[in-house]
Amino acid sequence: MNSFYRKNGPVIATFFLVAIIFWLIFLIVIPQLYMLDLSFRPNLPPLLRGGPDDVYTLTHYKHFLYGSETSKDAYNYVDIGVFLDTIITAVLVTVINLCFCYPIAFYIAKLATPNTARLLVLALVIPFWINELLRSFAIRILFAGEGVINNILLELGLITTAVNFIALDIALYTGLTYAYILLMIFPLYNALESLDTNQLEAAKDLGSSTLRTHWRIVIPHAKAGIASGCTMVFMLTAGALATPVVLSSPNTYWFTQLIYQWFNMNDNWSRGSAYSIILLVVSVTFVLLMMRLFKVTIGEVVR
Amino acid sequence: MSAEVELQNVSIAFGNFYAAKNVNVKIGAGEFFSFLGPSGCGKTTLLRAVSGFLEPSQGKVLIDGQDMSGIGPNKRPTSLIFQNLALFPLMSVADNIAFSLEVRGHDKKSRRKRADELLDLVALNGQGDKKVHELSGGQKQRVAIARALAVEPKVLLLDEPLSALDLKLRQKMRTELRAIQQRVGITFIYITHDQGEALTMSDRVGVMNDGELEQVGTCYDVYEAPCTPFVATFVGENNAFFGKVEKVESGKVKVQTGGSSFIGQAGLGLDNKNYKFKAGDEVIMFVRPEAISLKGNSKKAQNSFSAEVKTIEFEGNLKNIFLRSAEDVDIRFSVPSSSDTSGMEPSKNVSLSFSQDNAVVLPTGALALD
Repeated sequence: MNSFYRKNGPVIATFFLVAIIFWLIFLIVIPQLYMLDLSFRPNLPPLLRGGPDDVYTLTHYKHFLYGSETSKDAYNYVDIGVFLDTIITAVLVTVINLCFCYPIAFYIAKLATPNTARLLVLALVIPFWINELLRSFAIRILFAGEGVINNILLELGLITTAVNFIALDIALYTGLTYAYILLMIFPLYNALESLDTNQLEAAKDLGSSTLRTHWRIVIPHAKAGIASGCTMVFMLTAGALATPVVLSSPNTYWFTQLIYQWFNMNDNWSRGSAYSIILLVVSVTFVLLMMRLFKVTIGEVVR
Repeated sequence: MSAEVELQNVSIAFGNFYAAKNVNVKIGAGEFFSFLGPSGCGKTTLLRAVSGFLEPSQGKVLIDGQDMSGIGPNKRPTSLIFQNLALFPLMSVADNIAFSLEVRGHDKKSRRKRADELLDLVALNGQGDKKVHELSGGQKQRVAIARALAVEPKVLLLDEPLSALDLKLRQKMRTELRAIQQRVGITFIYITHDQGEALTMSDRVGVMNDGELEQVGTCYDVYEAPCTPFVATFVGENNAFFGKVEKVESGKVKVQTGGSSFIGQAGLGLDNKNYKFKAGDEVIMFVRPEAISLKGNSKKAQNSFSAEVKTIEFEGNLKNIFLRSAEDVDIRFSVPSSSDTSGMEPSKNVSLSFSQDNAVVLPTGALALD
C-alpha cells in the first residue's frame, strides 16, 4: 500500500483506491447481495416489509420449478421451457458467433496489411456507435416481410413468397449474433495476433493443410481467447433484453423478458430477483463446466 | 536422397525494390552451401524463394532439374529451419518432430518410432516427452533440425538458425550441423551473416551484397582470391590501399598509393581470369592482417612502409595492432599474443612489410561496412 502511494503520488493513488472500492462495493457487491436477499423474501407491500411476515422463504424458486399453487402441472413447464430455450439459443448464438468471428479475427490479425486491418476494425466498430435498440430495429427492417432481404431474394427469384424471418426467429439469431460480435472478435484478435507467423509457415513447410494448421497450431494457441470471447458472448446473450424484445417472434420468449415482467409489470421484485439469480448461477456454472471441459483456466481467460 | 538446386536469373522485387537481382547459382546434390552477406542483402529472400514461400519476380528455381514455379512450400522436397526455429510450443518434442508424419496420416506408433530415431540422430535420446520450453537453446536447435529432417527432404534450408545462441554453443553447433549433414547426405543451404559460420561449415560459399551474388567459390577461394572489394572486406579482415596502377609487368601490378608504390598480384575476376589493368586505372590493393609483418621478420616481404601505432587490442590468442600509415591509410595487423610488441607503444612509428604474393589488386568498388 505504501509503495503504491509512493509510486503514484497521493492524489492519483487515493483516486484509484476510491474508484475501485466504489465500483466493487456499490456497483457489484451491494446490488447483488440485495438481489440475493430479496429473492428469498416474500413479495410484500411496503408497509408489511420488515414485519412478522417478512421471513426467508423459497417460494420464488419453488415457483420457477413447480409453478403457481393453482397450477395443475407437476412442473412450471412454461418458465423452465423459456429458460432452457434461452440457454440453448445463447449457446447456439455463441457458436455461430465464433464461426463468423474466427476467420475475421484471423484475417485481421495475420493476413491483412496494417492499413486494411485498421479499416476493417473501423468498419466493425462504427456500427456499434449506434444504440443497441436502434440496431435491432434496423435488423428488423432488413428482415421484415417487405424488407430489403425479402425483396432481394424475390427479385433474384430464389423465393416466390416472402419469408417470415421474424416468425422463424432468424432475425433474432442474427440480431443476437451481431449484437456482441466485437466481444468475440477482440479477444480472438488478441490471441491470434500473438501467434508467431513463422509457426504457420513452419506448419505449411512440413506439409500441413490450412485446416490442419488451424486445428493443431492456431486454435490451441488461441484457446484462451476463444474461451474468453465465448464466455462474454454467452453471458451477454443469455442476459440480453433489448434485442429479443425487438426481434423475437410473438411466440418466442427470452428469459430476461420474464425477469423484466416480474420487476416492472407484475411489481414482484422478489420473484424477479430469484429469476435473475437462477439465470446468473446457471450461466456461470455452465461457463465453468465448459472451461473445465476444454481445460482452460480462469487466469488464462481474463488475461 | 539429395537434390541439386539451381537458381536461374532469379530476381525478386517488392514494388520498386529488388531484394535479389539476377542471381545465378547451381548448388550440387549433397553440398553444404552458404549464402553469406550482411543483413538486408537479400539472402533470406532468396531462401524463401527456394522454399516456396515466395515466387521469384523473374527467373526460375529448379530442384533436381524440375521447375518449381507454382509449387507451394508444402509440396517441395525442401524443409526450412527458421531463424527463431518456430517450434510448436504446445506440443511435446516428439509431436513436434513427427508433425510432418501426422500430416501425412502415419499412425501414432510409427510417428513415435521415427521421432525417436531422429532424436537419436541429433543426440537427444529420451527427450521426446518433454515440452519445448523445458529444453535449452542448443537442444531446441536440435529439435528443429530433427523436425525438418522428419519429412526426409532432399534439401534442407537453414535461415541463420544459430544466431540466437551464445558463442560457445554456436561453435559447437557448427561442428554438429556439419556432422549431421554428412550423416544424412542431403543438400544443405545455409544463410548467415557470420563469415566464421560460413567458412567453417560450407563446401562452397556465395557472398551476397545488395541483392547480388558477388562471388561463389570454395571457402578458401573466397578468402584467398576475392573477386570484388566487397568480398575482400566482408569475408575476414582486410587492409585496403586505394591507388592508381603505375605499371603492369608479367602479372604483377605496381600500384601508386599515397607517396609509395607497392607491388601486388592482379586479382581473379568472376570469369576466373586475372583482371587486366593498365596504367592509370583506379584500383584497391588488399592485404590481409596476417600477411603484414614487422620489417625484417620475413625475407619474402617485398613491400614496405612505415606507420604510426594507434592502439593495440588484446584478443586472447592474438594481438590486433591498429596503425595509420604515412599515406593516411588505416592499417590493421595481428600477431600472436606471445610475440614481443615492446617497441610498439602508441604514437611510435614502426616499419612494416608484406609479400607481393599476398597483395591482391582489384578494381575499385564498394567495401563492406564494418
